[in-house]
Amino acid sequence: MKPANEVKTAHSPSQIPDDWFSWKDKDKGEAETVARPSLSYWQDAWRRLVKNKLAMLGLAFLVLLGLMAIFGPILSPYQVNTQNLPNQYQPPSAEYWFGTDSAGRDVFTRTWYGARISLFVGLMAALIDVTIGIIWGGISGYKGGRTDNIMMRIIEILYGLPYLLVVILLLVVLGPSLSTIIIALTVTGWVGMARIVRGQVLQIKNYEFVLASKSFGTKSSRIIRKNLLPNSMGPIIVQMTLTVPSAIFAEAFLSFIGLGIQAPYASWGVMANDSLGAILSGNWWTLFFPAFFISFTMFAFNVLGDGLQDALDPKLRK
Amino acid sequence: MLKYISKRFAVMLVTLWIIITLTFILMVSVPGSPFNSDQSSNETIKANLEAHYNLDAPYHIQYFNYLKSVATFDFGPSIKQPNQTVNDLLGRGFPISLELGIVTIVVAVISGIILGIIAALRHNGFIDYMAMGFAVLGISIPNFILATLLIQQLAVNLDILPPATWSSPAHMIMPVLALATGPMAIIARLTRSTMLEVLTQDYIKMARAKGLSPWKIVFKHALRNALMPVVTIMGTLLASILTGTFVIEQIFAIPGMGKYFVESINQRDYPVIMGTTVFYSAFLILMLFLVDIAYGLLDPRIKFHKKGGE
Repeated sequence: MKPANEVKTAHSPSQIPDDWFSWKDKDKGEAETVARPSLSYWQDAWRRLVKNKLAMLGLAFLVLLGLMAIFGPILSPYQVNTQNLPNQYQPPSAEYWFGTDSAGRDVFTRTWYGARISLFVGLMAALIDVTIGIIWGGISGYKGGRTDNIMMRIIEILYGLPYLLVVILLLVVLGPSLSTIIIALTVTGWVGMARIVRGQVLQIKNYEFVLASKSFGTKSSRIIRKNLLPNSMGPIIVQMTLTVPSAIFAEAFLSFIGLGIQAPYASWGVMANDSLGAILSGNWWTLFFPAFFISFTMFAFNVLGDGLQDALDPKLRK
Repeated sequence: MLKYISKRFAVMLVTLWIIITLTFILMVSVPGSPFNSDQSSNETIKANLEAHYNLDAPYHIQYFNYLKSVATFDFGPSIKQPNQTVNDLLGRGFPISLELGIVTIVVAVISGIILGIIAALRHNGFIDYMAMGFAVLGISIPNFILATLLIQQLAVNLDILPPATWSSPAHMIMPVLALATGPMAIIARLTRSTMLEVLTQDYIKMARAKGLSPWKIVFKHALRNALMPVVTIMGTLLASILTGTFVIEQIFAIPGMGKYFVESINQRDYPVIMGTTVFYSAFLILMLFLVDIAYGLLDPRIKFHKKGGE
């Protein structure tokens, strides 16, 4: 112990000779340069999403599906609802790529019309959910206090309502059609989104940059639009990608219990429901194609949502 | 704790009241009268209904009567089946649906947790990828499609299981499989992610340092904490299983409540629709309430006096 102490006192800072030190050979300027190019939040998220093979597979499938929903029917010489009874239950062939159903209708054409309906229902439901959710959650989270309390009580009650039962009830009253299905799906569907937006807003509104903005006298609406929402976009987008498949599922489910899209439209759910009997007689293709596309679309949205969740989470940033 | 329970109870009552009011609006908003416009209803049914609902009374009296009859669990007669009340249908269908539901939940929870644990213990290994791939598929394939695929493969092609009805354990296999796969996949994913988180905690390292067997660490220390999120989603899972029974019972011709419900929708048998909806909702809302309370009792870290409960 003692010798060590002596060494220390012998070399108190002023006594250390300069030649004991040397400059580290690294060039100062070089040490300060940023090794990686600077990326914005969205560029970085995209970079990470691209690395997720499963999510990219989902994205590719959805892009293809969207294109086919638009152009698919043009590729086929058949109409959606043209019945051709002599050609009932034709297996898939060069003439009928996906075969024909019990009324001799071309399954290929009907599949893409079904894609239009299913995607439209899913996307519209998600869009309306987001709109209401952002407004409700934004106001609730930003105002806080009494307003927040009342708004959250309402959400709490709506959240307790069994989702599909309310949808069924509304459709029994309103009668099933494309627009009433979307309305019924969104009446209580926005609640989840509102909760997420509120949580985000509650967290972000306490950050310094919001305080700075406030101290400049910025109006609340502008703070919500310019500061709070852009910063809570990540979880909102993730929630949206997960809303779409649940709306698509709900639409197919409703078709199954007789409350789905009515003729002349054909959704995947209606097609699957129509072919229940056919499966026992071995005409598998009438069920297979709608079933495959419902499942794979839900799969694609789910894996894309998972991928986005990882990609947009700043905590997982590498 | 008591304050929390009473608050949740109040919310539950309001939610129930909304559902009951919604069903009442359904009854009065159906074009014409829901009862006399239909050809298939005969005179006795009509007389029963009018006696039951006081259809000529003003709306607020009707509403009050309706609330009273719901509170006493009297949902009135069916319009389409003479001499049948909604209570008769519920009494016949509910035990069967309950049986299907309970078996499904047990299968989903047990297999989901086991799958999740295995995936977490083999993190990023082959088994993990297989299990999670399976889970994503399970979430993506709607139960009614799985049901028809199962019928086609196991009943039609291979002929090893009976395709429909509900009379022996063999009859239960396909409906339960179809219904349990989705919830099982959700539970597996959740268990895996919380297990992975829990396994990095200090007390697990401590347990390992003590020289406990991996088996004991997983089941005695890790799993308890990993299961809490599973409890929280039980409410949602119950709701999805319950709505799932509508289509599954329909597809497999199981004479449960769900089948009656779907039939009543197709036949526009309004009293049955209303009665079953109220019953289902009351059941679900009660279950959600119990799950919430159970969660608080199971996890000592939850504090009930926290304001707002967020």
